[in-house]
Amino acid sequence: MKEILDILERDGRATAEKISAMTGTPRESIQETIKHAEEEKIILKYKAVINWEKVGKEEVWALIEVRVKPQEDVGFDAIAQRISRFPSTHSVYLISGTYDLLVVVKGKSMQDVSSFVARKLSLLPSVLRTTSHFMLKRYKDDGEILDGGEEEKRLPLSL
Amino acid sequence: MSLIDFRSKVSSRVAKFPPSGIRKFFDLISEEEGVISLGVGEPDFVTPWHIREKAIRSLEDGFTMYTSNSGLSDLREAVSSHLESYYGLSYHPQKEILITVGVSEGLDLAARAILNSQDEVIIPDPSYVSYAPCVLLAGGIPSLVPVFPEDEFKLKAQEVEDHISPATRAILLGYPANPTGAVMEEKDLLPIAHVVHSYNLMVISDEIYSQLVYDGVKHTPFALLPGMRERTILLGGLSKAYAMTGWRIGYACGPEEVIAAMTKIHQYTIMCAPIMGQKAAIEAFHEGGEDVRQMLKEYGHRRSFLLSRLRDIGLPCVKPQGAFYAFPSIKDTHLSSEEFARRLLLEEKVAVVPGMAFGERGEGYVRLCYATPFSTLEEALRRIERFVGRLHM
Repeated sequence: MKEILDILERDGRATAEKISAMTGTPRESIQETIKHAEEEKIILKYKAVINWEKVGKEEVWALIEVRVKPQEDVGFDAIAQRISRFPSTHSVYLISGTYDLLVVVKGKSMQDVSSFVARKLSLLPSVLRTTSHFMLKRYKDDGEILDGGEEEKRLPLSL
Repeated sequence: MSLIDFRSKVSSRVAKFPPSGIRKFFDLISEEEGVISLGVGEPDFVTPWHIREKAIRSLEDGFTMYTSNSGLSDLREAVSSHLESYYGLSYHPQKEILITVGVSEGLDLAARAILNSQDEVIIPDPSYVSYAPCVLLAGGIPSLVPVFPEDEFKLKAQEVEDHISPATRAILLGYPANPTGAVMEEKDLLPIAHVVHSYNLMVISDEIYSQLVYDGVKHTPFALLPGMRERTILLGGLSKAYAMTGWRIGYACGPEEVIAAMTKIHQYTIMCAPIMGQKAAIEAFHEGGEDVRQMLKEYGHRRSFLLSRLRDIGLPCVKPQGAFYAFPSIKDTHLSSEEFARRLLLEEKVAVVPGMAFGERGEGYVRLCYATPFSTLEEALRRIERFVGRLHM
């Protein structure tokens, strides 16, 4: 199963037929595994990695460090889940070190992101403090180097 | 017009050499645009970044000088521990290991170090293109022994014995094999070792693809067989497994006297392998194990895919167990391997290597390299399928 997931993580469009050829596992068994992984939410969704800058889409991203007061019984989970429900949050992680949660926020403008932080995030009970870092440029995303990956430099024929 | 007849100025040894059969084909590929190539003999991966970074650092630190003829002591230590930990094979880093400019130099040194004029060397046919020329340049005579698809292109002891003459001095083995992908496991090598012992031969064993084996097959260095360590020159390198072809770093291991003889030639002709390559190689041996595993996994997927597609297309292929080549038969197309490769290039813009480049017995086959990005491999196979479909076999 891990081998199949590994292939799909790199190429979400790989068909069962192709994965079967790559691994030598019968196609039916691949289909079954994928179906199971989808049902069990092991595979959450299939999507494209897009370089939005190339189509001139204005987007503002920020990494927000959040310090919170853990709550009895639920620790950080309750507040983290609450933050996760806002559609502006792209990712939410519990982090070790000088702060507790790292929240990645995506907005249409700086104003948009600031207002989410000021009016939503920092007003939540148990949020003690936030520090925002606006992202200036993206070099590598989801394991993919944007612009200037390594192109073919080999001779077309060598023995 | 020149007054000198340059043909008479080239040594007869070189002049009588058969020219590379592949040269014209190479020129043809260079003229075509938009060609996708399965004709390469090197990984599509670039050397892992941490290895490149180490070489950059060594340049920043001013390591731009000669090393000892034998190579950096740390690198010989690394080669020694690598062979020890992978195969339980031990070579003394100071006396039994020489760092070479790739296995290519190692082959030349080995041939020149052990051959007297007119000594014969057994070479499997088909096999890597430089084996026979290296033997010829050293004054020896290649004795080509056919390998057959029925035997999965493994060299058979009986065939070897049939080709032995009083002048036979050595056997040149190259497994895992380029171009066939054949692997000889311990059980396959033992009868060869028996022949080597009976006829008092030496073995030059090119094991450049040793880390690239699939399906749980285990690589057995020839020197590991009983009594064979003192008869074997083991040649290896980092080019294929660590994606370091351009760095030109290889190594030769063998009995002290033979390594000393090879070092003698090496010191006068090469001096030493480039230091930045050697520095990078140390990093590769120490920290590159995971990179090799990742690349091998990827090659494994491509290999299965390629074999499965060749089956669909109807080109029979012995399952290659090592290296990164498939060597399908194109005999059913009734085209020669050159004609097949030429037409495939012109009609579908896919480059493959005609099997005859690897010896007479390679006729009827082409070599496809699956060290190729997956999407390229898929497209190349779509085109090969279209091409073969048109031939109405």
